[in-house]
Amino acid sequence: MALLEVKNLEVSFETPEGVVKAVNGMDFELVEGETLAIVGESGAGKSQMVLAMMGLLAENGSVRGEALFHGRDLLKMKPRELNQIRGKHIAMIFQDPMTSLNPFLTIEKQMAEVVMHHQGLGREEAKAHAVEMLRAVRIPDPEDRIRQYPHEYSGGMRQRVMIAIGLLCEPELLIADEPSTALDVTIQAQITELVSELRKQTRMSLVLITHDLAAVAEVADRIIVMYAGEAVESGGVNDIFYQPQHPYTQGLLASVPRLDRASDDELQAIPGNPPNLQDLPAGCRFRDRCPEAMEKCVARPPLWVAADGRTSRCFLPMEGGRIQNDAAVEEQAE
Amino acid sequence: MSKPVLRVQDLAVTFTTFTGGILKHRERQLRAVDGISFELNPGETLGIVGESGSGKSTLARAMLGLVKPSRGRVLWQGEDLTALDEEQLRQKRKELQIVFQDPIASLNPRMTAGDIIAEPLWTFYPNMARLQVEERTRGMMKVVGLLPNQINRYPHEFSGGQCQRIGIARSLVLNPKLLVCDEPVSALDVSIQAQIINLLKDLQKKLGLALIFIAHDLSVVRHISDRVMVMYMGQAMEVSDKQHLYRRPLHPYTNALMKSVAVPDPKLAAEMRQASWLTGDMPSPYQRPKGCIFHDRCPFRVKRCEADVPALRRMENGDWVACHRAEELDLSIQAIASG
Repeated sequence: MALLEVKNLEVSFETPEGVVKAVNGMDFELVEGETLAIVGESGAGKSQMVLAMMGLLAENGSVRGEALFHGRDLLKMKPRELNQIRGKHIAMIFQDPMTSLNPFLTIEKQMAEVVMHHQGLGREEAKAHAVEMLRAVRIPDPEDRIRQYPHEYSGGMRQRVMIAIGLLCEPELLIADEPSTALDVTIQAQITELVSELRKQTRMSLVLITHDLAAVAEVADRIIVMYAGEAVESGGVNDIFYQPQHPYTQGLLASVPRLDRASDDELQAIPGNPPNLQDLPAGCRFRDRCPEAMEKCVARPPLWVAADGRTSRCFLPMEGGRIQNDAAVEEQAE
Repeated sequence: MSKPVLRVQDLAVTFTTFTGGILKHRERQLRAVDGISFELNPGETLGIVGESGSGKSTLARAMLGLVKPSRGRVLWQGEDLTALDEEQLRQKRKELQIVFQDPIASLNPRMTAGDIIAEPLWTFYPNMARLQVEERTRGMMKVVGLLPNQINRYPHEFSGGQCQRIGIARSLVLNPKLLVCDEPVSALDVSIQAQIINLLKDLQKKLGLALIFIAHDLSVVRHISDRVMVMYMGQAMEVSDKQHLYRRPLHPYTNALMKSVAVPDPKLAAEMRQASWLTGDMPSPYQRPKGCIFHDRCPFRVKRCEADVPALRRMENGDWVACHRAEELDLSIQAIASG
């Protein structure tokens, strides 16, 4: 059975200007030990989707659909039940390591709190466990450094502390929302290395959210590419990188500046900007920016599904794929 | 070769910081920029790359007189900017402009796009006719790829990439000769980054600007630079021609930065990860390592590096490097730049 199964997840927000649909009918599964990357530009809905699953949406947000964790729907749980799962079975790391830690508390206090709450350990035991975890994420002199405050840590080390906190209760699922975006490239490389090592050592499943395809090339097993609240393509990591099907995925890949290519050709930017979610174009949401756009793209494009689970939502045929009858989604889109 | 428009000579910026309480405080000197020299030719682009805390933004600010240097000279067309008084420097800013990192925070949310772009005109040419200002503003919007009918919109109505275009239009409206871009794309999505880099490259060609482009990522500056300066803890580690630098970096730090760049190719990424790369963080700026400033993170260090400070010296091919072992190390990158 899948560890996490998301079915037709929708997230919308009430705003003074009307309802904004941030996520529209997302479906995916995550099996134990798997690393799934969710890739898309700002506004694609990737963060809101996971926040909704964790019961962390802003007040004006609402969610529909199902998010089954071990077969139990996270979206229907009471806050009390969710608190039993969050931190213990599912942990989350946020983008900004500077603001995710409490500046008034020592690292020890912030780490020990988690284990004392979830595992009922005493203070000394909790501290020993925390020190061990800091060592695992390669903080030098963890016994001394655990007594320090967040401002005494560099940005990269703070993000490592966040990862250590996330791992304290040995969660089954770790969700990392742009864990290295705010960091220097050198530190990004270190965090990527750390994540891929931890992944080898544990059976933990991982959801990585990012706007940069290159950042997940090394660690992801499977990738979902999102655009304007929808999945436009999904597949295994090699499929996505070596045979991208959807023009948006192709565009994202081409726009990454690369050191392993000749430099004098222009960077291939995707023209234009992501659409305004309050005023979405009918039909394919990417068509204004798509180099392959055709007349029929004003209608909603079909979903191609291949035997290995690979998908693409586009009028261009997908190799080895068949059009799935998604009348249910069609109806919702009205 | 044409005469350089900009000559930076031994530029240094030192900040004084205080620790301890009000009564028993201690002063410390933080050397943010520590003796940087370079030249820039008209129409040339210099990329400046380094980790956060390497002093690249402070260097940019010091060049434009936005922070006071503690030492050194900035010669703009032969004239020393550090010797000018405030008003003289203000007049010079017509020729020297800057684009900031955070595209949204650097625009006043209460001003329309048109007012933001036109503000430098009002400041420097208060007598310019209203119509003429508007015409120039609309023209500028077209140049940077905005629609002139967006002139009355506010920053929040634009995306991050569009806000950065407004910032670029504002910096170009006075027809500057030098444009300093301080991490102009770091806050943008990858797909939009490429748009802005291509736009800047285009504008530079069209307007013959001298350009300084700052980034923390070597892959980003590659497409736009003619030469690249790599900074570490306020000092230049290497200043090389682009073609040389990406084929065979001279300094181990450049090499390390290059290996940290993520490649959108799973197999290549796994291969590159096996190669050694940078461990640890940059040392505290208050405890600068003796000898070579990079030695404690350098995989190629020898005894000598712990004691002797390597000077920035000129190599046969005209590149500059501050490493004792530059000649003997071969840091050519095979996987990279083969295309």
